[in-house]
Amino acid sequence: MRLEYFEMIDAVRHLDRAGGRIEALARVPEASPVFEGHFPGHPLVPGVLLTETMAQASGYLILAHLDFARMPFLTGVDKARFRSFVGPGAELVVSASLEHDGSGYAVTRAAIRHADKALCDAELRFRTMPFPDGLDTPMRARARAIGLLDAAGAAA
Amino acid sequence: MSDEPVTGSATFDRVADIIAETADIERDKITPESHAIDDLGIDSLAFLDIAFAVDKAFGIKLPLERWTQEVNEGKVPAEEYFVLKNLCARIDALVAEKAAKV
Repeated sequence: MRLEYFEMIDAVRHLDRAGGRIEALARVPEASPVFEGHFPGHPLVPGVLLTETMAQASGYLILAHLDFARMPFLTGVDKARFRSFVGPGAELVVSASLEHDGSGYAVTRAAIRHADKALCDAELRFRTMPFPDGLDTPMRARARAIGLLDAAGAAA
Repeated sequence: MSDEPVTGSATFDRVADIIAETADIERDKITPESHAIDDLGIDSLAFLDIAFAVDKAFGIKLPLERWTQEVNEGKVPAEEYFVLKNLCARIDALVAEKAAKV
């Protein structure tokens, strides 16, 4: 995870494109300016960044499911629960499943586990739109860097 | 399509309940003649929430993308999709279409 750059997902571990499910890894950095404020002397990953992590795993799942035809943008966070604390160095397992592939929107259920315990979960909603100019290439590059394209190819 | 007597129909009642709950609109204000956008003030994001609830409740996929494109291109007046009696008739047609495929 590079928290300051909003690069939350490090690697895709498993992708079931047809079944609509993804599992990815995210390692919390040992140090980050985020921890200077949240909280001084007691570093914890903010819930909003855990939500973003679930949203990014969901987003990559949707991108793969739609074969990069459209870009998902987060529009809703429902039933979010943060069940435990997590700090620097933690290895997170992020999973998401496609609950509904609507016309112009998608809904996922996502969760993060740490040390085999539930850390957080939420239902997330996305609007899916044609890629804005210039976004397709960097999204594909990032997807390639985390192994999404390899996983998508293997699952195809 | 707009001549269907949908007042009190099961589809309208379900859709009106969904709109009332999803968009926080008083149920009594929702009638078959209501225009979802112009009369009820439902914005595009709230309409996606309603679409999700309708898709789930009826086991269909409202073709929102196609409808939006047709309205934006002036091919179909928005009333055809967003006045509730017309929306309900289209939901009924999608349900029937799905049942015919099974």
